[in-house]
Formats: sequence, C-alpha cells, structure tokens
Amino acid sequence: MVEYSWPAKDKATAIGTRVKRLDGPEKATGKAKYSYDINLKNQLIAKGLGCPHAHAKITSIDVAPALKVPGVVHAEPLKKSGDEIEWQGELLAVVAAESPAAAAEGVKAIKVEYVQLPVFVEEDNLVAASAVVEPVPTPRPPNLISGRAWKGGGKTLTVKEPGDNDDEATFGDKEIERLLKESAYVVEATYGIDTITHCCLEPHGSTVEWSGGKLTAHLSTQNVSQTAGQFATPLSITADDVTVHCDYIGGGFGSKFQADYWGVAAARIAKATGRPVKFMLDRDQELKLGGSRPSAYITVRLGADKDGVVQVWDSSHWGSAGASNPGGVSEGQIPYVFTPPNYRRLQTNLKTNHAQARAWRAPNHPQACAITQTAYDDLAAKMGADSLEIFKKNLGTDAKSGSRGAKPSVYLAEMEIGAKLIGWKEHWHPHGKGPAKGSVVEGLGLALHTWGGGGNNSTCSVKIHPDGGVETFCGTQDLGTGTRTVIALVLAECFGLPYDAIKVNIGSSKYPTAGASGGSTTVGGVSAAHRRAGQEAFAKIAELVGKKLEVEPATLEAVKGRVQVAGNPAKSVSWKEACTLIGMTPLEVPGANRNSERTNLTSIQVGGVQFAHVAVDKETGVIKLKKFVAVQDMGLIISPQQAESQIYGAVIMGIAYSLFEQRISDPKTGAILNAELKDYKLARLGDVGEIVVSLYEPESERSRGVIGLGEPPVISPGAAISNAVANALGVRVPTLPMTPQRVLAAIKAKV
Amino acid sequence: MKNFSYASPRSEAEVLSVLAAARASSNQRETELLAGGTDLVHLLHHMVVTPDLVVNLLDVPSLKDVELLDDGVVSIGATVTLDVLLAHPYLNPYPAIGQAIEGIASMQLQCQGTIGGEILQRPQCWFFRDGRGLLAAGGKLAAEGDNRYHAILGNQGPAKFVSASRIAPALIALNATARVIGPADDEEAYIPVADLFRTPRHEGERENSLRPGQLLTHFLLPPADGVASATYEVRHGAGPDYPLAAAAAALWISGGVVQEANIVMGHVAPVPWRSHEAADVLRGRVIDEQIADAAGAAAVAGATPLSNNDYKVQLAKTAVKRAILRAAGLPTGGL
Repeated sequence: MVEYSWPAKDKATAIGTRVKRLDGPEKATGKAKYSYDINLKNQLIAKGLGCPHAHAKITSIDVAPALKVPGVVHAEPLKKSGDEIEWQGELLAVVAAESPAAAAEGVKAIKVEYVQLPVFVEEDNLVAASAVVEPVPTPRPPNLISGRAWKGGGKTLTVKEPGDNDDEATFGDKEIERLLKESAYVVEATYGIDTITHCCLEPHGSTVEWSGGKLTAHLSTQNVSQTAGQFATPLSITADDVTVHCDYIGGGFGSKFQADYWGVAAARIAKATGRPVKFMLDRDQELKLGGSRPSAYITVRLGADKDGVVQVWDSSHWGSAGASNPGGVSEGQIPYVFTPPNYRRLQTNLKTNHAQARAWRAPNHPQACAITQTAYDDLAAKMGADSLEIFKKNLGTDAKSGSRGAKPSVYLAEMEIGAKLIGWKEHWHPHGKGPAKGSVVEGLGLALHTWGGGGNNSTCSVKIHPDGGVETFCGTQDLGTGTRTVIALVLAECFGLPYDAIKVNIGSSKYPTAGASGGSTTVGGVSAAHRRAGQEAFAKIAELVGKKLEVEPATLEAVKGRVQVAGNPAKSVSWKEACTLIGMTPLEVPGANRNSERTNLTSIQVGGVQFAHVAVDKETGVIKLKKFVAVQDMGLIISPQQAESQIYGAVIMGIAYSLFEQRISDPKTGAILNAELKDYKLARLGDVGEIVVSLYEPESERSRGVIGLGEPPVISPGAAISNAVANALGVRVPTLPMTPQRVLAAIKAKV
Repeated sequence: MKNFSYASPRSEAEVLSVLAAARASSNQRETELLAGGTDLVHLLHHMVVTPDLVVNLLDVPSLKDVELLDDGVVSIGATVTLDVLLAHPYLNPYPAIGQAIEGIASMQLQCQGTIGGEILQRPQCWFFRDGRGLLAAGGKLAAEGDNRYHAILGNQGPAKFVSASRIAPALIALNATARVIGPADDEEAYIPVADLFRTPRHEGERENSLRPGQLLTHFLLPPADGVASATYEVRHGAGPDYPLAAAAAALWISGGVVQEANIVMGHVAPVPWRSHEAADVLRGRVIDEQIADAAGAAAVAGATPLSNNDYKVQLAKTAVKRAILRAAGLPTGGL
C-alpha cells in the first residue's frame, strides 16, 4: 500500500520551485492554437443574426433572402414566428457561407418582423422594477412579488430568542430594531456593483467536423470532459461518437462550461452541408450572450458596540441575473466573511431584459465583498478609527470567531504581512483627512476573502515507457492556471526528473475524465490525481530496482534522474536504466481524485487579504492605483510562479471591475450600448500601478495540501479599492465601477 | 462587411477622376476613402457604412510628406501617420499636436492612423455605431437614452454626438488651414480647419463639410511665431479610449501678457468647440491658476448638458484650465 503524501517543503525538489510556464513560449509566439485559430480545410463560416430588440415577439422570420447572397451555402432559423425574445442579441437565425463577409451579408439579408414589447433593464431600481405592469404568467410563480421583482430568500437570526410573551412572527424584526437602537455606532448606507460581462478575449464558439458519423468539436471550453454529451443529445447520437478538443482557451472565467446552442447549430449545419463549420460569436454577441456577472445593490444598517465590533446587521439587496431565471447575489454571503451575531438579510431578484448570467470567477463573492466590507470601512470612518483595526476586531479569534472561511488567525497573519507591504502605518490617515496635493488626495483600503476550492473529480493515466519517457493523459484543460506546468511539476517530483521532461497531454475528451475548470478546483484535482498515480508508478519501479540492487524498495527515492537508496547515490541506477526493468510494455498507472474526499493531498477553504493605495483627482474624478498588495493562502503551493501569475491576473481583473467595467444598458431601448471592446472599458497596463503578491504558505496551511486559487484573489479588489477611495476622499463612491462621473457625483453630493 | 470595388489611384488628380467616375456610374454611388483604416475598417465590418467603392489613398505620394515651406508654414500631407508626426522636428514648436497624439496611447493606432483620417474619423456615438444613424432618430435616442458620452454644447439640434477627433482642437487653436481639392479637376481651396466640421441637421448629412468628390490633401500650420500651445485630455484610464473631455489652448504671450488666445474643446460638441468666452477672459491677462480657472468656467458657462452627462461640464472646465496652464508652462495639477 502506497501512502499518499506531499514531500516536506525542505525535501521537495520540483514542487514549490520557481519554473516558467511549460507552454509559455507557444502562447507568446502564437504557436499555440486556440479554438479560434482552428481552421479546417473546406470549412464554412457561420454567423448568427442577433435580435436587435431587448424584448419582442417574432411575427415572421424568413431566411430565404440570405441564400441569394453570393457565397452563402446554408441558412436556418433558430427561432420561429410567435417566439418571444427577452434580450438583445439572442440568436434568431444562422447563416453559413464561404467567407466571413458573405456570412455577414447573408445575416443582414434575413427578414424578421417583430412586435416590440416593453423593456425593463434598470437593474439598480427596485422601486421601478416592482412597479412594472405587465401580464403575469399563469399559474402565478410563487416567488413573484410584483412587476419584475422576485423573492430571493432571506434570513433573520438573533442571539436572543423569543420569550413566552413574545410574538414569534415579529420578534426578530423588533429585536433587530432594539439592537440598532442600542448600538454605539450605526452606519446607514447604500452600495452597489454593476453587471459586468466575462468579455473573454476568445469569444465562445467552435469549429466542428464530421467523419463517418463521428463528430469532432474544437470547442473553446473549460469543460473538455463533459461537453461531448451536450453535443450528442440534441444531434441524436451518443457521447462516444463525439470528441471535444481544446488545447488552449482564451478566457472562460466560468462562462464556458457548455457546448451552447450555437455549438450544436454548427454541428447540425456541418452535418447538413457535409463540410466543417466554424462558428465563433462576434464580439458584440460575446458581450451580450457570452456571459455576465449579476449586479447587486444594497441598503444596509449596521450597529456596532463602542469597540467597533458589529453586533447587528440589517440589509436588503437586489440585482439582476437576467431574464430566464430571476437570480442575484446569494444572501448567504451577506455580510461577507464577517459573521455578526445578529442579522437580518433580504434578497430580491429582478428580472431584466438581459441574457442569463453565467458563473463569473467566484460567483457571489466579489459582489458580496464589495457591497458589505465597504460598510465595515464606513463604520471605521464614522468612528474616526483605523480601518485595519476595525477589520481585525470583527474577525474575532480562532477560539471565538467572528468570521467564516479561513481561521481568523490566517486572516490576521495575512493582514500583518499586507499592512507592512502597503505601508499602512506610514500612509494611513483618518478618512478624508490626508494631505492634498492640489486636487489630488490619496488613501488606503483593505478587504478580505475566502473560497472553498476543493480539488475536482479528476482521473489521469500516467505512462512510463521502457526508455524512460514519461507522459500523462488527462481530460482536463488549462483555463490559465498553468495546468500543464502544475502536472509536470507533480510528476517530476515523483520521478526525480526535470519538469520539462514530462509530456503532459490534456484537452481531449478521449483522455481520462477530469472535472470542469470551475470553482478553483483544477489544480487541487489534477495534482492529487497525478500525485497518486506518480507514487503508485514509482512504487512499482522501486520494486523492480529494489530487486536489482537487493535493497528494500521502501528505502528507494527518485532524485536528480536516479533511483537510489535514500541519501546514498552510490547505491543507485539511472532513471533510464530503472525503466528498462519495466520490460517491453510501458507501465501505465491510473490516478484519481474525488472531490468529496478530504485527504492530506488536497483540502478546502483559503483566506486572503488585499490592500489598495490609490490617488484620486477631485477635479476630474479620475482614480489611479498606486500600489496593490495581495496576500494569499492556498495550502501547498505547487508552482509559485504560476500562482503569482494567477493572482496578478485576478488583481488586474479586480481593478477593471472596480474602476472601468460595466455593462451599459440603454434604459429606453434595452440595447447594450457598449458591446464593443472600444466601449467596454477594461484596465490597461498603465492603470494597474504596482502589484505586490505575497504567497502565504506557513506549515500550518501547507500541511493541508493543495487548494485552488483561481477565484479567491479576484474577490477583494472591489471593496479594497472602494475603501481606499473613501479613505482618500472622506466620502464613499457607493457603486462600482467608480467612474469619473460617479466620483464627481459623490463629491458633489457631500458638499 | 459588404463586398465593394477597390481602387488605388497614384496621384491626387487620379483620385479626383476615380471619384468623379464613381459618381457618374450607376452602381458605385457610395464611396469611402481609405487611409490607415483604423476607423473605416471597423465601420465596414459592422456595416455602418456600406460603400460600393473604397478608394485607397496610401499610394498617392504627395499626401505623405511633412514639409517646411518658404514662408515658415508647415505642410502636413493627409496620410502622414501619427507616429511620424509625433517624432517630427517641424512639429516641435506645436506641442499641442504631439500631446494629442500621445493621448491616443496605442502604438498601433499611432503607427497605422493618419492625420487626415484622425481629423475626419466618424463620431463614436454608440447609437451611430450600432447602425441607428448619425442623428439616431433625430437625436431622440441620445436625448432619451444613455448619453453619458454625448454633447454638452451645441446640442440643441438633432445632433447629440461629439466630434471624435483628438487632434482637431489643436489644429484649430493653432489657426491651421486645410487644402481641399475637387470635385472638378482644377478646384483647390484653402479653408480653416474649423470649417471642415459642421453640425448636421438632417440624417444623411455628414459631420464634415466636404462635398462628394472632394479630397482633403494637406494641413497647413502657420509659423509658430511665439505661440505657446498645449492639449489636455481628461481620460478615464491610461488606454487608447477616447477622452471624456479635452481642450487645446494656443496662447500668444508678449511681456508675460496674453495678446491673443484660441481655446478649442474636444469631445463636448458635435464639432470641435471654440470658446471665444474663454479667450476673452485670457486676453490682456497674465496666466495663473485663477485666470485659467476663470477661463475654464467661461468656456462651459453656456453648457446645456443632457440627462446623464452633467459631469462633463466639470471635466471640460478642468480640461480648459489645465490646457491653458500647460501651454503657459505652469503645472497643471491633477493626476
């Protein structure tokens, strides 16, 4: 029986070392082929017709004119007369042609007639949403409150329980009021965070081809192993006749788990025309359909004791996740990380004329963090207290925690590190009381976060060839985590080989099944699976070498290309020689990780703390990041360099949604006005300032094993930056992104 | 993109004859001129414009030069790229131009984009770019919809968009003229750059005053002769995105006192917006922060913001103030 474990930090030779990304050169030179780069011989280009209206009923649709456009080979409707369309951009028909230009001209030729219906897109306006008058579906959905407002859940919890004389129905509400009244400090405020889109640089889509009744789909996906069936079922074949392939993906962030109806349409057209079909969404379709993160707006009352520890939290929040299925930010995350003893939280979901949201990196968390940890900072401002101290006090202790996720001691240790790195002591000042240089003021802010990140269900097959070659097959994908590099490091550790000697084969649904890359589960899943396979394989080789050297196999280790008696290179064989002992047939060893099992290889729940240092120009409302510090726990770190990259990317994404990103819907027409890269504003390198990453890996956390990192570092930037801006200005810019328009409005409102 | 015919004439005269022939033919009625293509290709791609004929100007050698004429005038060919201008010593006495080009902040746009194309680029109004027309339902879509980037001045008619050029305010402030030829072979006119722009009153009218068959060939900058100039853009971020508001200032200062001033704002009106009010404040005064601020306030005193762009008044005011301070060699403040 092999006992699975990670090597101690001082013993590890590959794990934890700084190495470059295995596929870095391919990506940097353009050699790497993303799904968008796949062009097949004789392929057709498919393009979709997006609905120009945000809410309409189709009265007729005629694709015949498209077929008259030179170069158009195929046109088919995706919707029919009578269908109701509830968001702009929904694809109504598809045209396949010899060239992109012909396909676009064909799309333009399609004739659709509509009856336009009333549009509602004001996600931040609970009152207007509730007042919308429109036909109510029958039977009336139980969660519908009124208009476009739906019940989203809620909970009231108080320490004191109702006594014999109390009315149970009203006790909680009364108790919340009493606690607020008795609080030493009360903050009443509103906060918000607008919807953003995933804005994948590589839009959703695929290139597909049939060969003898079998379908190959080059799909841009973060779910290689589980999308074959999504193609198969609607095409009336079985999943074994489908191969999904994705070597490289240009961004997914939670939006690319599915084949999507346009992927299935591509396959259908390929079948009908007998030609490969490439169907990637256009940029505007990508921004309208390819995924969005729900908005959230909140009214908060919090009450704290004289020390600034929040004793009661009372909030009501709303937002939209689109038209299909009213949703929003889960009330379970309110307030975020902190767990005040008494709370009442209410969630309302608005139904707006937008495509349904998709999971966006740490679903619920960034919004919950941005709309609640800002209130904790406003408490510090109200008290004239140091925000860092107020955050610390509210965390509690490991023995008496006031927070969830990681242990308070982890957050507190990370706060110490981060505060030093940002220069909290040197630069912090009471809110709005810092020195001004002309119209420019500076400020500091912080926020903290947690995430589960347990390893996903992953299997792999590690093959050791008699000539010493090592390769692995795993139906996982590289969403940007450096999956190939992580797997190579794990196997390199097991076999004492350089990491670039390991051939990592991923990205095909024909390889051993691995989970989707979602929820920060990939690195935990594949590293645990490969550690098991690697240790098993080495045990088999050790047995053979032990016989040859006449030593106990258990005394053998793999170091620097040799298999040797531990600490005794004199008693050894080379790796190559050891592998010849396998015989003619390669040694093939499976490995697996199960998400449900907690082992010493992988665990869950990390904590992170982030700090922002900003400068704000009060005359223009422009905010600049001076410095950003991210301190992050992730258990055992396989590849520090890839981990840092992951955090840099997350922070930049966080800066983007704090200052720039916003899906802008025209209130009148419901049109998405900025469904273009030039209008959809993102952070550029000149906007991100200095980013400092600190990996937190004490033995207490490392011993928990590998925990995913994809989501956690993207959670805190919103609140951290908002808090820094509030510290600079002495006034809260309540809603993200903090555009110059909003900054000026907040300053004006204060005067 | 719709299919189109393509012509690549080799001289100014050939351009005019290609354009004349196109107008005379029955199937090439709509024509677009192509220089760097950084704007036109996008418009073609999205079928906002669907020309029958595209005429490439990059093979016309006379449009490619920057020259210093005998009278001290700097002549800039319409297809000179922005990166060339940025580095060109003849432009050194006119920092307002280089500062505007630096603001574009994308090396690709600077290297590919031309001065003529930059000046005549189409508005960025999101209703226009979505194919809803330049005036977008007679101004209704912008007036009733989200107009955060739209005009705060000169917006009383149906045109609510803002002029897109980032360099035009500088050229106008510097009293530059444009050489325009055509439509007839022998027609040649020199017009103030400001007159290239107009506020359209009807859908179908463009935002520039060029007639069909005309070609903008050169810009002519009068001798610098003691003019101090600057551009200041208020930009949301560090990228190539368009500014929220901008201003160019040209100051003729003698003995520390402003003799003459041109203040032109960008991205606030359907045309580059010259503020005589701001110039009036400056004339006869010594530039300091207070005067610059007063000029900024005067520049926006007549602003008529739409439902969602009141903030641009403050930004335009600040842009004017800072452009003046920068032109005078004083610190602008801000980030």
